[in-house]
Amino acid sequence: MHWTAIGTLSDIPQRGARCIETPEGKIAIFRTGDNRVFAIDDHCPHKGGPLSQGIVHGASVTCPLHSWVISLETGKALGADEGCVRTIPVKVEDGKLYVALNLNAERAA
Amino acid sequence: MTEKLVIIGNGMAPGRMLEHLFERAPDRYEVTIFNAEPRVNYDRIMLSPVLSGEKEYEQIIIHGDGWYIKHGITLYKGHRIVAIDRSAKTVTSDQGVTAPYDKLVIATGSVPFILPVPGNNLPGVLSYRDLDDVNAMLLAAQSRAKAVVIGGGLLGLEAAAGLSARDMDVTVVHLMPTLMERQLDPAAGYMLQRELESRGIKIITKAETKAVLGDRRAEGVELADGRIIPANLVVMAAGIRPSTGLAQDAGLAIQRGILVDDGMHTSDPDIFAIGECAEVGGHVYGLVAPLYEMARIAAAHITGDTSPRFVHNDTPTKLKVTGIDLFSLGDFADGDDRQEIVLRDAEAGVYKRLILKENRIIGTVLYGETSDGAWFNDLKKREVDITEMRDTLIFGQAYQGGAPLDPMAAVAALPDDAEICGCNGVCKGKIVDTIKAKRLSSLDDVRAHTKASASCGSCTGLVEQVLRLTLGDAYNPAAVQPMCGCTDLGHDEVRRLIKAKGLKTIYAVMQELEWRTSCGCAKCRPALNYYLVCDWPGEYADDYQSRFINERVHANIQKDGTYSVVPRMWGGVTSATELRAIADVVDKFNIPTVKVTGGQRIDMLGIKKEDLPAVWADLGRAGFVSGHAYAKGLRTVKTCVGSDWCRFGTQDSTGLGIRIEKFMWGSWTPAKVKMAVSGCPRNCAEATCKDVGVICVDSGFEIHFAGAAGLDIKGTEVLGLVKTEDEALEVIVALVQMYREQARYLERIYKWAKRIGIDEVRRQTLEDAERRIAYFGRFVHSQKFAQVDPWSERVSGLHKHEFRPLAAVPLTQAAE
Ligand code: SRM
Ligand SMILES: Cc1cc2nc3c(=O)[nH]c(=O)nc-3n(C[C@H](O)[C@H](O)[C@H](O)COP(=O)(O)OP(=O)(O)OC[C@H]3O[C@@H](n4cnc5c(N)ncnc54)[C@H](O)[C@@H]3O)c2cc1C
Ligand code: SF4
Ligand code: FES
Repeated sequence: MHWTAIGTLSDIPQRGARCIETPEGKIAIFRTGDNRVFAIDDHCPHKGGPLSQGIVHGASVTCPLHSWVISLETGKALGADEGCVRTIPVKVEDGKLYVALNLNAERAA
Repeated sequence: MTEKLVIIGNGMAPGRMLEHLFERAPDRYEVTIFNAEPRVNYDRIMLSPVLSGEKEYEQIIIHGDGWYIKHGITLYKGHRIVAIDRSAKTVTSDQGVTAPYDKLVIATGSVPFILPVPGNNLPGVLSYRDLDDVNAMLLAAQSRAKAVVIGGGLLGLEAAAGLSARDMDVTVVHLMPTLMERQLDPAAGYMLQRELESRGIKIITKAETKAVLGDRRAEGVELADGRIIPANLVVMAAGIRPSTGLAQDAGLAIQRGILVDDGMHTSDPDIFAIGECAEVGGHVYGLVAPLYEMARIAAAHITGDTSPRFVHNDTPTKLKVTGIDLFSLGDFADGDDRQEIVLRDAEAGVYKRLILKENRIIGTVLYGETSDGAWFNDLKKREVDITEMRDTLIFGQAYQGGAPLDPMAAVAALPDDAEICGCNGVCKGKIVDTIKAKRLSSLDDVRAHTKASASCGSCTGLVEQVLRLTLGDAYNPAAVQPMCGCTDLGHDEVRRLIKAKGLKTIYAVMQELEWRTSCGCAKCRPALNYYLVCDWPGEYADDYQSRFINERVHANIQKDGTYSVVPRMWGGVTSATELRAIADVVDKFNIPTVKVTGGQRIDMLGIKKEDLPAVWADLGRAGFVSGHAYAKGLRTVKTCVGSDWCRFGTQDSTGLGIRIEKFMWGSWTPAKVKMAVSGCPRNCAEATCKDVGVICVDSGFEIHFAGAAGLDIKGTEVLGLVKTEDEALEVIVALVQMYREQARYLERIYKWAKRIGIDEVRRQTLEDAERRIAYFGRFVHSQKFAQVDPWSERVSGLHKHEFRPLAAVPLTQAAE
């Protein structure tokens, strides 16, 4: 697993998200109220809404387009909706953020 | 060529007739109406609630001025027709207007019967028929203490109850031994008398009025037995007579009323008569249900469909005095061929009597407990043989078939053609079908779409049961809906506790009110954020992470993740400089779509999020600020050109619209707020479907509110008329502040107003000056913190993280 540095935890607001641009498309990095960090594709399984723009609550996000609720931990749609987005490994070390992209690049290749 | 339809009288019958007519043949006739009363058509039935103070005149208007304009009707207000010339086919009014007709409808209603006793024309003697009578009574109630109502029938008792509600000392004198003897048997009449007496109304029965005493004004009433009752106000409610004089002079056939056949034709084929002035099949009527039926039939015949025919039906009578339940129907005289079933419960004040002939119900009197009225009416109408249920019949529908059923089952058991609303002749099937077809969910919806319960309102309980039956659990008007899954508390409770406990952060609210989740959800957080912004201006730090993306980035997210930008164009007015600036921005940023919105301004769609700050910077330099097209806040104030240009404009509607928009922009509200100002009642700015609207008139500014034209369509309610622009602004600001402080998040003004009552809003923002000024002051204070252009803030760097990616990971690095 290869970790890529993308910035610091404080770059992301609590209960908020920022995006990174990658060859595989936009990835949304979320920071929850209790400072956990998650990364998922910025692409809602419903109609592709930008999940990074949603409201973050607990470890989930509500999509801004039609309010599906997506679990940041599993990438699965919660409640009655069916669907899933890709989750990407992410870690914080000394306040710095890293994502493990190559894993996915290999898979995609 | 369109034919000319002229109508004499603008009461309840012709109003309804025109509704049917426009449905059948909207463009066939050019309609002219002459009305002796100087006003539009209103719900005469509801004069009693106006008298007692439970309603305002504005609330009982059936067709406002706009309706006449919309249908191209010429309405002569305050014109009494004095002659019909049948050979020339014209009518002439007392003001000298003569109008030709192809078809004429006489709908002159009735005139109150004035007792032929000395003193009957003294000032202070009134009848009870129209709004002027009510206004005169209200005036008398203000300054005088004692009133005598002559006549203990429906009208007299409603007048007495209304005057007594206005704190007058009221005596009813009634010729007969018991009250309402035409509708009630002596037992029920006695109970009614006791109830009214317990409310402080004095009642003298078997009392013949001999004279009204007084020199220059009424001072008292003298009875035949010599008794004198002091009174400064004397209301004569001793009966009505069909108003036939005009028809008689024109040589039409008359008996008690103007004679019409079952297609509403008088003896002249081009003249129809409907309403209380008409006599059909030997009957004249004094309740609206049969008059509405006449209206339906006349509309059919006037448009060439001669199939519907008028058939007599008994109409139930109810008394509209709050707290008195009374129902009477059909024939209740004793007789050898009749039997009766009676139930009395003295303790509960209940009396029920059914009159049977050959095992069929022919009459019903219910006092104290009237919920089975509709069922008995139905049995009577269908002439059901009641032998089988005779033992339990009087207990009502719930008791048929052994065990008592719940009242819902009773309504469920009513057949589809059972009449629910007597006034408007609406049966159960029609209500159920309309609820389903139009997806109605509330009583008001049903009133709007079917008219059921929209006239006298006494069937409201039944209509609610039909709603509950049709919608099941989905209909629950009273239950408190929790805000969301995170709490059991409803919005109102949360708002109250925020204030009461002085909670000033979202997390304080969640902690103190024991939220079940750690940080709420996408439903409660934006709501809490709004409540705190509204309640603690200047103290509370807005939590952007609790706002929907549009409000976070001050643009509207689109389906492809790009944004649209709508700058303010104050009152819809723009200039060459502004348009040029927009054109430049469009070119510079390659904006794919530019569109004029429904809100009188320009939308630029398809802008990349990263470009937003630069777009705003350019727009800002041209003087634009955010249009808040995304906000639960003030959106647009639409205007028309008004007196600056328009030949009909009565005031500077454009100027007022701009003034309001400049005063109020930037404020956050529970849901979006849209306004409009029209320069005259032609209403080109569509002010009557806005959250707040102003219709300028010669005498000032008519303030409207609680309209909608989105998911629901609803015309506005009239708040009232003010004289100056300053007053208009003050009232509007107070109204919006009251809404900001009280409404639930996402509740538009029309829903909030419906919940708390139009009257209450009027009382607090128009009538109570002290409160109005307090609301106004709080709004002004909160604007200090809200009126900051969010675009320029962001151009200068605020929340810049929103608009930039955190990192771009190049291909080489990712593939490493
Ligand atoms: C742009 C515009 C359509 C247009 O091209 O003309 C528009 C566009 C949208 N309207 Fe609208 N409405 C627009 C005028 C209206 C009007 C007409 C008016 O204001 O005179 C109405 C009916 C009047 C009313 O509100 O009562 C209207 C009733 C709605 C509704 C229904 C609201 C309701 O409570 O019934 C929604 C849905 C909502 O707000 O939840 C809505 C929602 C929307 C949204 C925000 C949908 C969304 O959530 O993305 C659309 C945003 C598109 C965008 O990105 O710009 N729009 N919308 C109009 C912007 C006016 C402006 O200058 O600000
Ligand atoms: C206080 C009150 C309470 C009532 N409560 C109930 C109730 O609970 N239930 C119920 O069913 N009914 C009730 N009614 C009766 C009901 O209001 C009437 O039956 C109904 O309004 C009659 O309608 P209409 O169109 O025939 O006449 P109206 O509504 O009386 O209208 C006639 C109009 O014609 C005008 N007019 C008369 N002559 C001329 C002329 N020559 N030229 C021009 N205009 C003229 C009059 O000014 C009047 O405005 C009540 C009536 C009153 C007054
Ligand atoms: S009506 Fe309004 S919400 Fe619907 S598509 Fe058009 S702009 Fe969008
Ligand atoms: S695209 Fe996310 S809910 Fe529809």
